[in-house]
Amino acid sequence: MTDITTKESLVEKPATIASLREGITSGNIKATELAEHYYARIEAHNPFLNVYLSLTKERALQQAANVDELAAKGNPLPPLAGIPVGIKDVLVAQGAPATAGSKILAGYHPPYDATSVARLEAAGAVLLGKINCDEFAMGSSNENSAYGPVRNPVDTDRVPGGSSGGSAAAVAANLAVATLGTDTGGSIRQPASFCGVVGVLPTYGRVSRYGLIAFASSLDRVGPFTGNVRDAAEILGVIAGHDPSDATSSRLPVGDYAADSEKEVKGLRIGIPEEYFGKGLDPEVRTAIETGIDSLRAAGCEIKPISLKHTSYAIPTYYLVATAEASANLARFDGVRYGHRSPNATNLSSMYKLSREEGFGPEVKRRILLGTYALSAGYYDAYYKKAQQVRRLLAEEFLSAFADVDAIVTPTAPTAAFKLGEKTDDPLAMYLADIYTVTASLAGICGVTVPCGATSSGLPVGMQVLATHFGEGTAFRVARAVEAAQS
Amino acid sequence: MSTDVSMEEVERVADLANLDLEADEKPRMQRDLNAILGYVAQLSELNTEGVEPMAQVSDLLDSVQDSGHGADLRVDVLKPSLDRAAVMSQAPDTDGAFFKTPKVIER
Repeated sequence: MTDITTKESLVEKPATIASLREGITSGNIKATELAEHYYARIEAHNPFLNVYLSLTKERALQQAANVDELAAKGNPLPPLAGIPVGIKDVLVAQGAPATAGSKILAGYHPPYDATSVARLEAAGAVLLGKINCDEFAMGSSNENSAYGPVRNPVDTDRVPGGSSGGSAAAVAANLAVATLGTDTGGSIRQPASFCGVVGVLPTYGRVSRYGLIAFASSLDRVGPFTGNVRDAAEILGVIAGHDPSDATSSRLPVGDYAADSEKEVKGLRIGIPEEYFGKGLDPEVRTAIETGIDSLRAAGCEIKPISLKHTSYAIPTYYLVATAEASANLARFDGVRYGHRSPNATNLSSMYKLSREEGFGPEVKRRILLGTYALSAGYYDAYYKKAQQVRRLLAEEFLSAFADVDAIVTPTAPTAAFKLGEKTDDPLAMYLADIYTVTASLAGICGVTVPCGATSSGLPVGMQVLATHFGEGTAFRVARAVEAAQS
Repeated sequence: MSTDVSMEEVERVADLANLDLEADEKPRMQRDLNAILGYVAQLSELNTEGVEPMAQVSDLLDSVQDSGHGADLRVDVLKPSLDRAAVMSQAPDTDGAFFKTPKVIER
């Protein structure tokens, strides 16, 4: 850690995908040079920010060379040709190490590609490397990574949010043009808000989960981070769609999200849920969001106060459902097929127990224990079943609300980015950082978080725009209007 | 909902989860579990009688719109599996065809 860089802002906005595409198509930009430029930036800033866990340089330069060859021949280029991207290290890419931020997977090289990663590369994107995150995507600050925390490029004494903190920080510091993250209870939206970038929670089933190292299967989503709304819409258009390898992926056609994002918002009905503006909301965040709402009103939206009265039950519901599913999903890390096996094991049972004890960090153990407890005999009805029932109430409440409004806007998080170490001793306080994001996760609806002003000390504030299932086009459209009003 | 997890219960749940907690981890986990369970106990305020548990988002969508998403069956055709050598290369202990573990049955 050097004192010189501690307070310096490392924020740099990436060029837009459209401008890079034009440059690469015309031959003014070489994809190989662009990739090298990004690797130079990574080399300069990664030791301090700790964003990338591993680089895939050979693969990236090969892909970039293929793009340059296509461009030189004047052939039509795929939509993301030459665009440098990074992926959260819970998504697998064949041959590249995959850690999920955990010691238990140290040294693991998966034998296949995640569908979302394969689709990015098929569209011409250049994969720079794998990005730091909370262990198994469990956390709200990136401080649960076994490979050290990521720093927020806006203020490097602060967390980037989590669990996809590295994916948000990468775009904020221009260490990638776009990144993929995953969101189970807010893990894309909250870090995007903390780092001042755009983040997308696609509808459950919109993007394949194949090749995503599972945390909570009924909640996990894959989505993009970008420097602007249109680019997020373009990336989602590439990664979305049915995948035979994920039985929960939807067959509904994928929309033209980029075109949707440019449609005017006049006449749209925007719901403002009072429960998202109550106790616990930082006054500066509230002011920034209210200014954003005013800009939507000025653009011709009808602003409607609404009530989502079960909202306060979302965090307890989420932490029961998610941990129960995690306790089952993480049973696969047992030292048999991949990852860490304890050298101290004397029989099969001690191999399981010691490998897991040595491999998992404290938050992962805490959640496995909580989930196992909630599923265990005598407690199942009181905890897990109860949480699933409340989950339905929360989801139906959103569906009723969307009968009267086209989108719902809220703050993405109750505060701006907090300091490193501020909440690490209090798991419950950390869980409350997700208070405005978990309900959409439980309901399966989609959302976009877009930068919407800043606090007096210059920390970014994010506005969460929620739309109903498969309503991504509307969410992008509203987010774009908020973005346009900022500039 | 009970919100008082004893040390014996922490040990029982750790055993169910195949976690061999260190002695100094146990009191901390007990404290955290009690704090979190105390917080989630507020769910008991809600009357959920007759509410069908929701396990999957597709449960919800199929009930409100018949749009054909959610789980469906894949076509039953042969296709190549992952390459065995690539998979086995990641195993902590293998003879190339099988995963090897310490002895399972003890006499």
